[in-house]
Amino acid sequence: MLMLTCPHCGVTAEETEFAPGGQAHLKRQGPGSSDDDFEAYLFARANPRGVHLERWRHAFGCGKWFHAARCTVTLEVFGTYPARTAGPPAELRAAIAARRPGWPEGGR
Amino acid sequence: MARADIATEGAGPAGFASVAGAGPRGMVTLRGDLTSPVLARAVAAVTGTGVPARRRIEVAGDRAVAWMSPDELLVLVPRAEAGAAVAALEQALAGEHHLAADVSDARAAFTIRGPGAQGVLMKLCPVDFATLAEGEIRRSRAGQVAAAVWRSGADEFTLVSFRSVAGYVIALLEFSARPGAEPFPA
Repeated sequence: MLMLTCPHCGVTAEETEFAPGGQAHLKRQGPGSSDDDFEAYLFARANPRGVHLERWRHAFGCGKWFHAARCTVTLEVFGTYPARTAGPPAELRAAIAARRPGWPEGGR
Repeated sequence: MARADIATEGAGPAGFASVAGAGPRGMVTLRGDLTSPVLARAVAAVTGTGVPARRRIEVAGDRAVAWMSPDELLVLVPRAEAGAAVAALEQALAGEHHLAADVSDARAAFTIRGPGAQGVLMKLCPVDFATLAEGEIRRSRAGQVAAAVWRSGADEFTLVSFRSVAGYVIALLEFSARPGAEPFPA
């Protein structure tokens, strides 16, 4: 079972209380961007075996979006952090790098 | 539709805990900056309590304020006073970025009472009730729908759900509470 801790309300709950929102930290390609960039923004997703940075919403709880660092192989959750950031906090990056040398793969 | 008004009715069939609609409640959703002293004064004027801390519910007699999210409170007042509560909040918060809405008709409240009350909810909500403190409100789901639960007394829980799913919720609670379905049989 996947357990996540919502950084907004502090509740640690199981997966069914949350709604997944896909890959985190996408750079939006809006008006003026090239077709290739826009297509990549809409459809191209990194899908490595290993640690993903994901968006989640505490759908049945406080309703807020947050980010989670989760390993898709072991389901280990390294941590969660508020959504209003461009990347994971330094401590979380260090914690992931300590457990998964070589992360992030492909410059993610 | 036979059970459309169940949320405002009395007790249902007898189970190992008593489950019933808690009757009409005045409920006001208040959104804004919860750290604002103006908002704190507005809430105090309506309910006589302070602004609850994260995941807490402050109760004063027949009024209460519950923390719903980092920018949202649920103000509980007697049903007849919901309109006045909105007006009072609107007036006190004039000039502040806020929203106060009477959601009394959009919500239903239920009371689960008795020594087995916790067992009724344990089967429906992915919540560790052993760690649910007195005065803590837990938003989660009951079966398939959103719900908020708090301990409203000794061996008593109050559950709030959307009014549109009240029939589902009371059926769910009664099914969970039916005799012989105790999670911890004596």
